[in-house]
Amino acid sequence: MSGTNRIKGKGRLTPARTVRFTFDGKALTAIEGDTLASALIANGIHLTGRSYKYHRPRGMLSAGPEEPNALIDISRDAARRTPNVRATVQEVFDGMRAKSQNRWPSLAFDVGGINNFASPLFAAGFYYKTFMWPKAAWKRVYEPIIRAAAGLGVSPSEPDPDHYANHYVHCDVLVIGGGAAGLTAALAAAHAGAQVILCDEQPETGGAFHHDTDASIDGVPGWEWAQSVTAELRAMSNVKVLSRTTAFGYQAQNHVALVERVTEHLSNPDAALPRERLWQVRAKQVVIATGAIERHMVFANNDRPGIMLASAARTFLNHFGVAVGAKVGVYTACDSAWAAAFDLKQAGVSVPAIVDVRMDPDPALVARARELGIEVLAGQSVLDTSGKLRVKSMKVGRASGGSRRDIAIDALIMSAGWTPSVHMYSQSRGKVVWDEPSQRFLPGRHVQDCASVGACTGVDDLADAIAGAAKAGHAAARAAGAKAGKAWSAPKSATAASWAGSMMGSAGGAGAETSVKAFVDFQNDVTAKDIRLAVREGMHSIEHVKRFTTNGMATDQGKTSNIHGLAIAAEMLGKPLPQVGLTTFRAPYTPVTFGAIVNHSRGSLFDPTRCTPMHGWEDAHGAVFEDVGQWKRAWYYPRPGEDMHQAVNRECRTVRDVAGMFDASTLGKIEVVGPDAAEFLNLMYTNSWDKLEPGRCKYGIMLREDGFIYDDGVVGRIAEDRFHVTTTTGGAPRVMHHMEDYLQTEFPHLRVWLTSTTEQWAVIAIQGPKAREIIAPLVEGIDLSNEAMPHMSVREGRICGVPTRLFRMSFTGETGYEVNVPADYGEAVWKALWARAEPMGACAYGTETMHVLRAEKGYIIVGQDTDGTVTPDDAGLNWAVAKKKPDFVGIRGMKRPDLLAPGRKQLVGLLTRDPNIVLEEGAQVVADPNQSLPMTMIGHVTSSYWSENCGRSIAMGVVAGGRSLKGTTLYVPMPERTIEIEVTDAVFIDKEGVRLNG
Amino acid sequence: MAKSAQAVRTEPLAGRVSGSAGVQVTPAAAAVRVSLRADPENAKALSKALGLELPLKPKTTAGSLPGRLVAWLGPDEWLIIDETGDPLSDLRKAKVLHSAVDVSHRNTAILVSGKGARATLESGCPQNLGDAVFPVGAASRTVMGKIEVVIIRTADTEYRVECWRSFSTYAFDFLSESAKDCLA
Amino acid sequence: MLLIHCPYCQEERPELEFRNTGEAHIERPKDIAAISDAEFEKFFFIRANPKGVTYERWRHIHGCARFFNAVRDTVSDRFVTTYKAGQPRVEVERGEDGMLQIREPQS
Repeated sequence: MSGTNRIKGKGRLTPARTVRFTFDGKALTAIEGDTLASALIANGIHLTGRSYKYHRPRGMLSAGPEEPNALIDISRDAARRTPNVRATVQEVFDGMRAKSQNRWPSLAFDVGGINNFASPLFAAGFYYKTFMWPKAAWKRVYEPIIRAAAGLGVSPSEPDPDHYANHYVHCDVLVIGGGAAGLTAALAAAHAGAQVILCDEQPETGGAFHHDTDASIDGVPGWEWAQSVTAELRAMSNVKVLSRTTAFGYQAQNHVALVERVTEHLSNPDAALPRERLWQVRAKQVVIATGAIERHMVFANNDRPGIMLASAARTFLNHFGVAVGAKVGVYTACDSAWAAAFDLKQAGVSVPAIVDVRMDPDPALVARARELGIEVLAGQSVLDTSGKLRVKSMKVGRASGGSRRDIAIDALIMSAGWTPSVHMYSQSRGKVVWDEPSQRFLPGRHVQDCASVGACTGVDDLADAIAGAAKAGHAAARAAGAKAGKAWSAPKSATAASWAGSMMGSAGGAGAETSVKAFVDFQNDVTAKDIRLAVREGMHSIEHVKRFTTNGMATDQGKTSNIHGLAIAAEMLGKPLPQVGLTTFRAPYTPVTFGAIVNHSRGSLFDPTRCTPMHGWEDAHGAVFEDVGQWKRAWYYPRPGEDMHQAVNRECRTVRDVAGMFDASTLGKIEVVGPDAAEFLNLMYTNSWDKLEPGRCKYGIMLREDGFIYDDGVVGRIAEDRFHVTTTTGGAPRVMHHMEDYLQTEFPHLRVWLTSTTEQWAVIAIQGPKAREIIAPLVEGIDLSNEAMPHMSVREGRICGVPTRLFRMSFTGETGYEVNVPADYGEAVWKALWARAEPMGACAYGTETMHVLRAEKGYIIVGQDTDGTVTPDDAGLNWAVAKKKPDFVGIRGMKRPDLLAPGRKQLVGLLTRDPNIVLEEGAQVVADPNQSLPMTMIGHVTSSYWSENCGRSIAMGVVAGGRSLKGTTLYVPMPERTIEIEVTDAVFIDKEGVRLNG
Repeated sequence: MAKSAQAVRTEPLAGRVSGSAGVQVTPAAAAVRVSLRADPENAKALSKALGLELPLKPKTTAGSLPGRLVAWLGPDEWLIIDETGDPLSDLRKAKVLHSAVDVSHRNTAILVSGKGARATLESGCPQNLGDAVFPVGAASRTVMGKIEVVIIRTADTEYRVECWRSFSTYAFDFLSESAKDCLA
Repeated sequence: MLLIHCPYCQEERPELEFRNTGEAHIERPKDIAAISDAEFEKFFFIRANPKGVTYERWRHIHGCARFFNAVRDTVSDRFVTTYKAGQPRVEVERGEDGMLQIREPQS
C-alpha cells in the first residue's frame, strides 16, 4: 500500500507501479508519478521541515512550483545530493533518499524552535538593530552565530558527478506553459505552419486540469483534452514539446532560457544523459501562458503543517489520489476552495465546515454544500489554529467579536483568490497594470515580440481563454513569417466553473490591532505584523518594505506572498494599492542549478588549454609547465634530483656556455601585407619602418594613444609589401584588435591587410655560442655567415626539407636564431635540431630561464617591467622613438605635461649590497629607511632573479628620477629586515653586445 | 650541406575519433588554406586566377571539397581551403591588389556529420543554423563554446568546423561531449 | 543576449560574436601632434555616457571582423539602427510611443 491516505479510484497514477523511498531514514512507498509531497501526504506526513527564522514546524503549502515551505534535501548517492528541493515538484524515484532540513536534533524536536518564543528579538529589520552594539561583538559573536543559523539546506561537499547540456535553439513561436491556453496557442501556431516550442514545467501538461476536474472542452474532460492535444503536438514535425522544463529567464529580444530536468525523476538514469539541459531559445514570437497561482489566507498561525492551498488539496486528490486529511476544514474568500471541498467530501473525506469571509457566498455553492452535508459559515473567519506538529483545530467566529468555536480538523485548505503569473511578462520588461474591477495586476503593453494568454492575463472564463489563445497563437505564427499551414479551428466549446472572490492582505482577526503571527511569506518567516512595523519605521516604498522585511526575497520570490504584503503596506500607508507599486520580478523564476547554467564549461572545457606543436616532446622530456593566459608553456626542465632553482641555474649557464633551445611558438604573429604596409607600421609603432630593407628586422614599440607602452616585438620585412610582425604572447589578440581598429576606422585609406599567423608558425629559438653550428647542416638555401646574415635579419629558405622563415635575433644577448616553420612540422624540426644540440651539450630551456637571460641583458617584458603607465622614456627606450615622424599612435599622448615632468619613475638596475639576497618582485623602494610610517615610496622592483651567470642576484625596477640616481644607495624595507640596494645600469652582462654577433 | 630527411607532419588531432548514435566527429584531412584579402572590386581577376567565382554574398561559399572551397568571411576576406591544388601559386597569377597569406597550419578542421550534427553544433553555437538561414553551402565565422570557429555546411547533415590549431583539442572535446546529447 | 544587426553581414547575429568598442564618431585629429592639451583631453578622455540615445562602436569580431556604428537606447537596450564605419551619424528622435526611431530628412 502506497500510503494510508490514498483513495481508491481517485487520481491518475497506476497504483500497481510502486516505488520505494526514505524520508528521514524511514522507508516509505509511493506510486510512480508521485511528487515527494503527494507521497508524504499519502503516508500521512505533513511535517517536512522547520522554518527559516523561527524554526516553526512546516508542511506543504502547495502542490506546485510556488512552494515556500517544503524544502527537502534529496539524494541518490553520496555525491548526488541536492538541498532545498521543493517536495511539490520533485518526483519520487525508486531508491530516493529525502531528508528534512533546518532542524536539530530531529524534525519533531528542534532546539532552534526556541527562536519562536524569542521572536520579539527577530522582528523585521532585526539584523539592523539587535546586533548593533557593542560594535566589537559583530565580528566575533553575532556574525558567526547568524551565519551558522542562517540558510536552510546544507551544500553538497562532493564534486557533482553529473553532466549538463546546453542547446541554442531558434524557433518561430515559443509557448511558455502547457495549460489549456498554452496548448491551444501552440496548436494554433503549429497548424499555421510555424516552428513551435512548447515548454511546461510539470511532468505532464494540463495546467489547472491537474486539480480542476469540472472543466471540459468540446465535450471532453479537460485533462483528457490536454493529453490528446499534447499527443497531437508531439506528432507534428514542426513542434517540440518540452515537459519538466521551466522557462526561468526572459531576456532581451526574445531570448528565453529554459531548464529541462532530464533525469531527476529516474531511478537509474542512463549515464549518457545529462542531468539537466539548458535550452537557450531565440524565438521570433513568444506566447506567455503561465496561468495563475492561488494565494493563501493571512490569519493567526496559518502556517501549521496540514494548512495548505485549496487547489493543492484538490491536486493531491484528483491527480495523485491522496486525501490531505480525514477532517478537512475550509477557509476562503474565493469560490475555488468550495470546489475543492466538494471534491473531498465526495471522495469520502469529512469536511466539517466551509468558513468564507464573504457575507453572501454564491447561493448555488451554499446549496451544494448543504446538499453534501457541509456546514457553511459565511461572514466568519478562522481566528486561530492549534496543533504543534500538525493542525488540530481551527477557531472560528466573527472577527468583530461574538461567539467562537473550535472545530477539530487535521487539515485546513484555503484560498484568497488567484494571482496571475506575470513573472515572464515582467521579466520581458513589460509593465504590469492594475485592474481595478478584478483587483489584480495584469500585463499591460508588451514591449517585446510576445503576447500573454489565459489566466495570466486575468481571463477567468475557459472559453474566452481558449479563444484568445487560439487567436494569439495564430497571430504569432503569422508575425513570425509562417506562411504554410493548414486549416484548423479552435475548440468550439469549453465549460468550466468560474471562480469569483478574492482578498488581499490580512484576514479578520489578524488586523493592525492584533499581534498574532499571521504569515505572509512562509519561506522568510515574514508576518503581517512585520510589514506593518516596516511602514511604521518609515519604509514607504514597497522596495524598502521588501528589503526591510525580506518579504518576497526568498527562493520562491514571493509567488504567494507579494500581493498580500503589498496590500498590508498599502493599508498602513492609507494609499491605493497600485500607488504603492509592485516590486520587479527577476530571473530565475524558480531556482536553477549552477550545473545547468555552467553546463559544458566544466573540467577541461571550462577554459581552452592551448598547447604548442612541441608540447608532447616537452612533456616527455620532463618539462614543468606554467600557465600563460590559456597557453601551457614549458617553464623549466628539471633533471632527476634538481629543484627549480638548480634546473634554471643549469639552463642559464648552458645557454651562455653552449646553446639552448626554447619554444617561442606562443609569440603573437601578424602578417602585414600591402603597398602601404610600411606606412601603416609607421603609424602603429614609435619606430620608423621606411628604411628597413627586406630581409632585415627591427625591435618595435607600440603605444596607446595616451603615450604609454602597449606592446613590443620584433618586426621582420619579408618583402617590400610584406612584414612579419611579432607581439607578446599575452598581447596577440588585443594587438591585432588594436591594429584593425586603426586600420578600419582611422586609416581606411591605407592599402594594407592584417592576418593573424600566430598559429601558422611553430617557433624554435636556438640561442648561444653554438647556435649556428646546430642549425647549419639542416638549413638549405640560406647563407648563415655573419656577413650574409647579420644580427637582426630574416631569410626564407628550407630547414629539414620544409619551408622556414629564419630570423637571426636574440632575446638572450647571445648569437641566436628563431626558426619559424609551419606548425605541423614544429615537432619534427625541433627533434632534428635537438638531435644535433644535445650531443654538443646544449639544453632545452623554459620560460624561467628566458626571463633570467633577458633580465641579465636589461631587456624589458611588457606587462612585467611596464604596467600601462610607463612611457618609452621611462623604460629607457627613447632610442626606439622616431624623432622626425609626423604622426604615430601615442605621439601626442606622450607629450602630455605629466609624462614630461621630472621625477617620473624610470627603469633602472637595482643591485643588492649583499649579492646573495634576491629581492621580491613588487617590493617597494624608499630613500630613507628610518622615516616614520607611512613611508614615501619612490619606486618598486619589477623583475628580480638569481643570476648564475653573474654569480649574484640582479633586479630591475622603476624608481622616481632613477637614471640620475645611479650609484645611490636606496632601501627596500621588508617585514623582517631592510635591504640596502644600489641603483645601477640595467645591463648586467656583455654591456658592449659582442656576444650577439658571434 | 648535409641532407636530412624531410620533417614529418604531425597534425594536431591525428588519430582522434568520436561521436555518438546520432553523429560522427572526425578530424578533417590536411589541406592548404589561404586567407585572401582584397577589395571586392577585384573579385573578377581573383576568381579567374582561382578558377571559381569568389562569393560576394555574406555567409556563402563557392566550390567544394575535395578540391577547392572558398568561403566569404567578411566584405574583403575569404578563406580558401584546398585539398588538392596550390591556391597560393594560382593567386600569384592575379595581377590585382590583394593579400594572400598561407594559414594551412594555423587552422585545422573537424567534420561533424549525421542527423544529430546540427544539434551537436547548437550546443555551443548561438547563431541560427536553421535551413532557412544556414542552408547547404553556407559558411560563417562565429563562436562555439568559448572559442572562435568557422562553420561550413557541406551537406544536409554535414558540417566542417575550422578552428585554430591550439584550440582544436577544446573544439574536439566540446563536440564529443555535445554529441552525447545531439538527439535531445 | 542581444541580437545585433551587422551592416556588413546584413543580418542579426548573436551578441557573443560582437565586442563593444566605445563611443562612436570621435575622430582622431588629423594634426594630432599639434593639438593643445585641452583638445587632447577632450578627444581622448571625455565621453558622453548618456542615459538614452547613445552612439557607439561595435566590432563583429567573431564574424566578419568589421567595425561599425550603432545607435542604441541605453534605457531599453534597444538598437535603433546600425551602419557602416565611416558613414555619417544617423539622427534619431523619440516617437509618440516613446521608442527611438530614425529621423526622416526634412523635405
